[in-house]
Amino acid sequence: MIEARGLIKDFHDKKRGRVRAVDHVTFTCKPGQIYGLLGANGAGKTTTLRLLATILEPTDGTALVNGHDVVDEPQKVRSAVGFLSTATALYPRLSSQEMVEYFGRLNGLDEVTLTKRIDDIFSRLDMNSFRDTRCDKLSTGMKQKTSIARTLIHDPQVMIFDEPTSGLDVMTARTIIDFIRECRQRGKTVIFSTHIMSEVEKLCDVVGIIQSGKLLAEGTLEELRARYRQHDLEEIFVQIVAPLYVPQEKN
Amino acid sequence: MNLRNIGVVYRKELREALRDRRTLISSLLVPLILFPLLTAGLGAAVSALIGKAKEEVPAIMILGGEDSPEILAELRDSPKVKIVPSKPDWKNEIINKDIRAAVEIPPGLQDDIAHQKSATVLIHNYSGDLKSELATSNVQETLQKYRDRIVHENLVAQHLPDTALKPFDIKDNNVAPPEKVGGAAFGGLIGYMVILLCLTGSMYPAMDLTAGEKERGTMETILSSPIARVDLVFGKFFLVLTAALVTAALSVTSMGVSFAVLEHAHAFDQAGPDAQQMQLQIHFTTVLSIFIMVLPVAVLFAAGLMTVALFAKSYKEAQSYISPLMFVVIIPAVAAMLPIDLTAKLALVPILNASLLCKELVTGTYHWNFIAIIFFSTCVYAAVALFLAVKMFQREDVLFRS
Repeated sequence: MIEARGLIKDFHDKKRGRVRAVDHVTFTCKPGQIYGLLGANGAGKTTTLRLLATILEPTDGTALVNGHDVVDEPQKVRSAVGFLSTATALYPRLSSQEMVEYFGRLNGLDEVTLTKRIDDIFSRLDMNSFRDTRCDKLSTGMKQKTSIARTLIHDPQVMIFDEPTSGLDVMTARTIIDFIRECRQRGKTVIFSTHIMSEVEKLCDVVGIIQSGKLLAEGTLEELRARYRQHDLEEIFVQIVAPLYVPQEKN
Repeated sequence: MNLRNIGVVYRKELREALRDRRTLISSLLVPLILFPLLTAGLGAAVSALIGKAKEEVPAIMILGGEDSPEILAELRDSPKVKIVPSKPDWKNEIINKDIRAAVEIPPGLQDDIAHQKSATVLIHNYSGDLKSELATSNVQETLQKYRDRIVHENLVAQHLPDTALKPFDIKDNNVAPPEKVGGAAFGGLIGYMVILLCLTGSMYPAMDLTAGEKERGTMETILSSPIARVDLVFGKFFLVLTAALVTAALSVTSMGVSFAVLEHAHAFDQAGPDAQQMQLQIHFTTVLSIFIMVLPVAVLFAAGLMTVALFAKSYKEAQSYISPLMFVVIIPAVAAMLPIDLTAKLALVPILNASLLCKELVTGTYHWNFIAIIFFSTCVYAAVALFLAVKMFQREDVLFRS
């Protein structure tokens, strides 16, 4: 379960001064549910997810992740979370197995459990053929599988995906999408950010539309369609976001 | 602080470092090769070059002197110079290194000598050119012998003993043992080399583990794991420290072995009596003392470099921040080679203090009060640097600088 309660994140920018990247964001994501955070570039998706994963600390507000407060118990939150994004790269000089082992150990797994989990995950994701290959020698698909194995090794209850398919080819992106679905089937709480409408339509139980750090609309796809009297998600998105949309400035 | 997690990070970083060619070169190969090269290689090369220059009989010209056959005969008979026919553009010949020197004999020199009038013989040379200076010294030696003979003959003619002109001799006598003389000459250089190699050994891993991690995109990956940032910093710090210490240990050992080999090969004996007075004996205790004193310096470098490098977005940017730091280290390390004695105030100046102390340790001098001040002050600086590194890892604006 994820419960974001009035999350605020301010950054300081030399030119613009204080910039509010996340502005009073409140939502709930339940186990066995996929929550899609939909927004344009620079809307605040990544910052929101980084706050939930305790990679960043909120300026105000808080969130409960699997019952742990992101401000007071960040380490416990991270133990309960599997975080995957295109920015979470792999260590090039470690093999696929060493990479997963490293994160298993950092998550406090003992060697017996670690070996068992690795064997299980590597078989399930069909990774045995490249388990001893260095990460810098892996194909993009193999790298993604290794990243997935890395997020699964401690069997987290909450999965956070930040634009996980960004820049990937169709086949590799499909692996990720299937994996996200599997997480839901296993009863995990899943939140993922994207700006790809088709992914939202395929996967999400609940959609939150974010712009300028504000969560502007939230609901199931059907609820949003009924509320905005549009069938096409892109049209709904534009209708909601357009009043606040400012082209992204590189910070 | 969780020691298990620090160990997990350290082992992983060590594994990666051992697979990284650049780290292996800067931490292992450079110290293993540099000292033997400097001591044996460079020493042999320099002595071979000087020997070759000494072996060469320099070509010189004589300008004038037609009315002074005696001095001409002295120069022509000298096996140390080769007389070539004089030319009007003798200056260019010297500058172009066709000849090494030109001796200008004033008109009527022999008459002046006979009438005991003062005269000057000029030796034109190429100042700074080793071969020209050697030629000058050969000419001076020949002329000096001739002058001494004339003086002796004049004294005999006046029924005076040689001591009339030289009532007493002046000689210097070294009382310091050879290893102290050698230490005084080379000690500053050794401290400088060890400190510099300690810095270069930790430089690459410090950048790789901070800015390199940002550049490769693994910083966010590691920050999403449950490890506390302080444990992460310490795990990384211990690896950088290991690299610095391995580099320092290898350089000190390599230095000790190189000098021991040279001593065993009697290389100093062959270099002449001056060099025999300057034997450099580096005992195991000296090596150990240098290593202990370099330890807090290595901690200071490891933590300081990590703090600076973490601020950078990329490896390249980290290099541009760290390169100027090289001067901050080199200048005080070089200053230790100057004739500066360790004082209580200097014992507080980081890097310079350790460098000066290394010089003393090599000469076998142990000023325990200074050793204590230097060790503890450097420990304090190192602790501050480590504290800053931990603080830096907790700053979001640094970790996610874009």
